[in-house]
Amino acid sequence: MKLTVLYFARFREAMGKERETLEGPFTTLGSVRQHLLAQGGHDVLAERNVMCARNEELCSLNEPVEPGDEVAFFPTVTGG
Amino acid sequence: MSIKVQQERFSPGTETEAMHAAQLGIGAVVTFTGYVRDFNDGQPVHGLALEHYPGMTEKALAKIVSEAEQRWPLLNVRVLHRVGALEPGEPIVFVGTASAHRQAAFDACSFIMDYLKARAPFWKKERTPQGERWVEGKASDKAAEQRW
Repeated sequence: MKLTVLYFARFREAMGKERETLEGPFTTLGSVRQHLLAQGGHDVLAERNVMCARNEELCSLNEPVEPGDEVAFFPTVTGG
Repeated sequence: MSIKVQQERFSPGTETEAMHAAQLGIGAVVTFTGYVRDFNDGQPVHGLALEHYPGMTEKALAKIVSEAEQRWPLLNVRVLHRVGALEPGEPIVFVGTASAHRQAAFDACSFIMDYLKARAPFWKKERTPQGERWVEGKASDKAAEQRW
Protein backbone atom coordinates (compact mmCIF):
# COMPACT_ATOMS: atom_id res chain seq x y z
CA MET A 1 0.00 0.00 0.00
CA LYS A 2 1.00 3.59 -0.53
CA LEU A 3 1.23 6.09 2.34
CA THR A 4 2.30 9.68 2.80
CA VAL A 5 4.65 10.12 5.74
CA LEU A 6 5.31 13.50 7.37
CA TYR A 7 8.09 14.47 9.78
CA PHE A 8 8.15 17.46 12.09
CA ALA A 9 10.61 19.54 14.11
CA ARG A 10 13.80 17.69 15.15
CA PHE A 11 12.68 14.58 13.24
CA ARG A 12 12.17 16.62 10.05
CA GLU A 13 15.72 17.94 10.35
CA ALA A 14 17.20 14.49 11.11
CA MET A 15 15.31 12.87 8.21
CA GLY A 16 16.35 15.70 5.90
CA LYS A 17 12.81 15.99 4.51
CA GLU A 18 9.36 17.00 5.64
CA ARG A 19 7.40 14.36 3.70
CA GLU A 20 7.74 11.32 1.50
CA THR A 21 5.60 8.65 -0.12
CA LEU A 22 6.27 5.08 0.94
CA GLU A 23 5.10 1.84 -0.57
CA GLY A 24 5.12 -1.48 1.28
CA PRO A 25 3.06 -4.16 3.00
CA PHE A 26 2.29 -1.97 6.02
CA THR A 27 -0.07 -3.05 8.77
CA THR A 28 0.40 -0.51 11.57
CA LEU A 29 2.25 2.74 12.25
CA GLY A 30 4.81 0.56 14.00
CA SER A 31 5.40 -1.41 10.79
CA VAL A 32 5.99 1.85 8.90
CA ARG A 33 8.57 2.79 11.51
CA GLN A 34 10.22 -0.64 11.23
CA HIS A 35 10.40 -0.23 7.44
CA LEU A 36 12.14 3.15 7.84
CA LEU A 37 14.54 1.85 10.51
CA ALA A 38 15.46 -1.09 8.26
CA GLN A 39 16.46 1.37 5.53
CA GLY A 40 19.14 2.72 7.91
CA GLY A 41 20.09 6.30 8.72
CA HIS A 42 16.80 7.00 10.45
CA ASP A 43 17.86 6.35 14.04
CA VAL A 44 15.85 9.29 15.29
CA LEU A 45 12.70 7.19 14.76
CA ALA A 46 14.00 4.59 17.23
CA GLU A 47 13.65 7.05 20.10
CA ARG A 48 11.47 5.82 22.92
CA ASN A 49 9.35 8.95 23.07
CA VAL A 50 8.43 9.02 19.38
CA MET A 51 4.91 10.33 18.85
CA CYS A 52 2.77 9.58 15.80
CA ALA A 53 -0.44 10.51 14.08
CA ARG A 54 -2.69 8.94 11.47
CA ASN A 55 -4.79 11.21 9.28
CA GLU A 56 -4.13 14.19 11.60
CA GLU A 57 -5.11 12.36 14.81
CA LEU A 58 -2.70 11.40 17.56
CA CYS A 59 -2.42 7.60 17.82
CA SER A 60 -0.17 4.80 19.08
CA LEU A 61 2.29 2.73 17.07
CA ASN A 62 -0.28 -0.09 17.19
CA GLU A 63 -2.72 1.92 15.08
CA PRO A 64 -3.62 0.08 11.83
CA VAL A 65 -2.99 1.91 8.55
CA GLU A 66 -4.92 1.88 5.28
CA PRO A 67 -3.90 2.73 1.71
CA GLY A 68 -3.73 6.47 1.11
CA ASP A 69 -3.34 7.38 4.79
CA GLU A 70 -1.29 10.38 5.84
CA VAL A 71 0.83 9.40 8.81
CA ALA A 72 3.33 11.45 10.79
CA PHE A 73 6.23 10.90 13.18
CA PHE A 74 7.41 13.59 15.57
CA PRO A 75 9.16 14.19 18.88
CA THR A 76 7.30 15.04 22.11
CA VAL A 77 5.24 18.15 21.54
CA THR A 78 6.31 21.35 23.30
CA GLY A 79 3.63 23.97 22.69
CA GLY A 80 1.92 26.23 25.20
CA MET B 1 -16.15 28.49 21.09
CA SER B 2 -13.22 29.92 19.18
CA ILE B 3 -9.94 28.26 18.16
CA LYS B 4 -7.23 30.17 16.33
CA VAL B 5 -3.70 29.35 15.22
CA GLN B 6 -1.98 32.47 13.97
CA GLN B 7 1.36 34.24 13.48
CA GLU B 8 0.08 37.66 14.50
CA ARG B 9 0.52 38.98 18.00
CA PHE B 10 -2.67 39.16 20.11
CA SER B 11 -3.83 41.19 23.08
CA PRO B 12 -4.73 39.09 26.15
CA GLY B 13 -6.92 41.99 27.33
CA THR B 14 -8.98 42.07 24.15
CA GLU B 15 -9.33 38.28 24.20
CA THR B 16 -10.47 38.37 27.84
CA GLU B 17 -13.07 41.08 27.14
CA ALA B 18 -14.46 39.02 24.26
CA MET B 19 -15.04 36.06 26.58
CA HIS B 20 -18.25 37.34 28.15
CA ALA B 21 -19.59 39.60 25.41
CA ALA B 22 -23.38 39.22 25.08
CA GLN B 23 -23.56 36.29 27.51
CA LEU B 24 -25.20 37.52 30.69
CA GLY B 25 -25.35 34.03 32.19
CA ILE B 26 -21.57 33.99 32.54
CA GLY B 27 -20.51 34.59 36.12
CA ALA B 28 -16.86 33.55 35.84
CA VAL B 29 -14.12 33.95 33.26
CA VAL B 30 -10.72 32.32 33.84
CA THR B 31 -7.85 32.99 31.45
CA PHE B 32 -4.31 31.77 31.03
CA THR B 33 -1.71 33.56 28.92
CA GLY B 34 1.68 31.96 28.22
CA TYR B 35 4.63 34.25 27.34
CA VAL B 36 8.07 33.72 25.80
CA ARG B 37 10.70 33.84 28.57
CA ASP B 38 14.18 35.25 28.02
CA PHE B 39 15.75 32.34 29.88
CA ASN B 40 15.36 28.54 29.80
CA ASP B 41 17.39 25.59 31.10
CA GLY B 42 20.21 27.84 32.32
CA GLN B 43 20.64 29.81 29.11
CA PRO B 44 19.45 33.16 27.80
CA VAL B 45 16.83 32.84 25.07
CA HIS B 46 16.80 35.45 22.32
CA GLY B 47 13.71 34.19 20.56
CA LEU B 48 11.62 31.22 19.53
CA ALA B 49 10.47 29.61 16.32
CA LEU B 50 7.21 27.71 16.73
CA GLU B 51 6.52 24.90 14.28
CA HIS B 52 3.19 23.07 14.02
CA TYR B 53 1.29 20.50 11.96
CA PRO B 54 -1.23 22.54 9.97
CA GLY B 55 -4.55 20.74 9.83
CA MET B 56 -3.85 18.46 12.77
CA THR B 57 -3.24 21.38 15.13
CA GLU B 58 -6.73 22.80 14.70
CA LYS B 59 -8.31 19.34 15.00
CA ALA B 60 -6.33 18.51 18.13
CA LEU B 61 -7.32 21.78 19.79
CA ALA B 62 -11.00 21.31 18.84
CA LYS B 63 -10.94 17.82 20.33
CA ILE B 64 -9.46 19.09 23.60
CA VAL B 65 -12.04 21.89 23.83
CA SER B 66 -14.86 19.48 23.06
CA GLU B 67 -13.68 17.17 25.83
CA ALA B 68 -13.61 20.11 28.26
CA GLU B 69 -17.16 21.04 27.21
CA GLN B 70 -18.31 17.52 28.01
CA ARG B 71 -16.71 17.59 31.46
CA TRP B 72 -17.76 21.08 32.60
CA PRO B 73 -20.77 23.35 31.97
CA LEU B 74 -18.91 25.93 29.89
CA LEU B 75 -20.59 28.93 28.28
CA ASN B 76 -17.60 30.04 26.22
CA VAL B 77 -14.08 28.83 25.38
CA ARG B 78 -11.31 30.61 23.48
CA VAL B 79 -7.98 29.04 22.53
CA LEU B 80 -5.41 31.00 20.59
CA HIS B 81 -1.91 29.72 19.84
CA ARG B 82 0.77 31.49 17.87
CA VAL B 83 3.22 29.96 15.40
CA GLY B 84 6.28 31.33 13.60
CA ALA B 85 8.90 33.69 15.03
CA LEU B 86 8.41 35.06 18.55
CA GLU B 87 10.49 37.36 20.75
CA PRO B 88 10.89 37.25 24.57
CA GLY B 89 7.99 39.00 26.26
CA GLU B 90 5.48 38.18 23.54
CA PRO B 91 2.37 36.15 24.34
CA ILE B 92 2.37 32.62 22.83
CA VAL B 93 -0.88 31.08 24.00
CA PHE B 94 -4.23 32.19 25.40
CA VAL B 95 -6.86 29.93 26.94
CA GLY B 96 -10.09 31.42 28.26
CA THR B 97 -13.00 29.53 29.82
CA ALA B 98 -16.33 30.97 30.92
CA SER B 99 -18.98 29.40 33.11
CA ALA B 100 -21.77 30.38 35.48
CA HIS B 101 -19.52 29.67 38.46
CA ARG B 102 -15.79 29.84 39.05
CA GLN B 103 -14.79 26.24 39.77
CA ALA B 104 -15.78 24.90 36.36
CA ALA B 105 -13.96 27.77 34.67
CA PHE B 106 -10.79 27.27 36.76
CA ASP B 107 -10.72 23.50 36.21
CA ALA B 108 -11.53 23.62 32.50
CA CYS B 109 -8.83 26.24 31.85
CA SER B 110 -6.23 24.13 33.64
CA PHE B 111 -7.39 20.97 31.84
CA ILE B 112 -7.19 22.58 28.41
CA MET B 113 -3.65 23.86 29.04
CA ASP B 114 -2.47 20.49 30.39
CA TYR B 115 -3.91 18.64 27.40
CA LEU B 116 -2.64 21.23 24.93
CA LYS B 117 0.91 20.86 26.25
CA ALA B 118 0.79 17.07 25.92
CA ARG B 119 -1.32 16.57 22.77
CA ALA B 120 -1.29 19.57 20.43
CA PRO B 121 1.36 19.32 17.68
CA PHE B 122 3.52 22.37 18.37
CA TRP B 123 7.32 22.39 18.72
CA LYS B 124 9.51 25.20 20.05
CA LYS B 125 13.00 25.93 18.80
CA GLU B 126 14.97 28.42 20.90
CA ARG B 127 17.62 30.87 19.75
CA THR B 128 20.39 31.02 22.37
CA PRO B 129 23.90 32.57 22.34
CA GLN B 130 25.20 29.01 21.64
CA GLY B 131 22.93 28.56 18.65
CA GLU B 132 19.51 27.07 18.08
CA ARG B 133 18.08 24.15 20.06
CA TRP B 134 14.79 22.26 20.11
CA VAL B 135 12.95 22.38 23.40
CA GLU B 136 12.57 18.85 24.79
CA GLY B 137 9.31 17.55 26.25
CA LYS B 138 9.11 17.40 30.05
CA ALA B 139 7.96 14.49 32.19
CA SER B 140 6.09 17.02 34.35
CA ASP B 141 3.90 17.93 31.37
CA LYS B 142 3.01 14.27 30.89
CA ALA B 143 2.19 13.99 34.58
CA ALA B 144 0.01 17.11 34.39
CA GLU B 145 -1.97 15.54 31.55
CA GLN B 146 -2.44 12.31 33.46
CA ARG B 147 -3.93 13.93 36.57
CA TRP B 148 -7.19 14.46 34.63
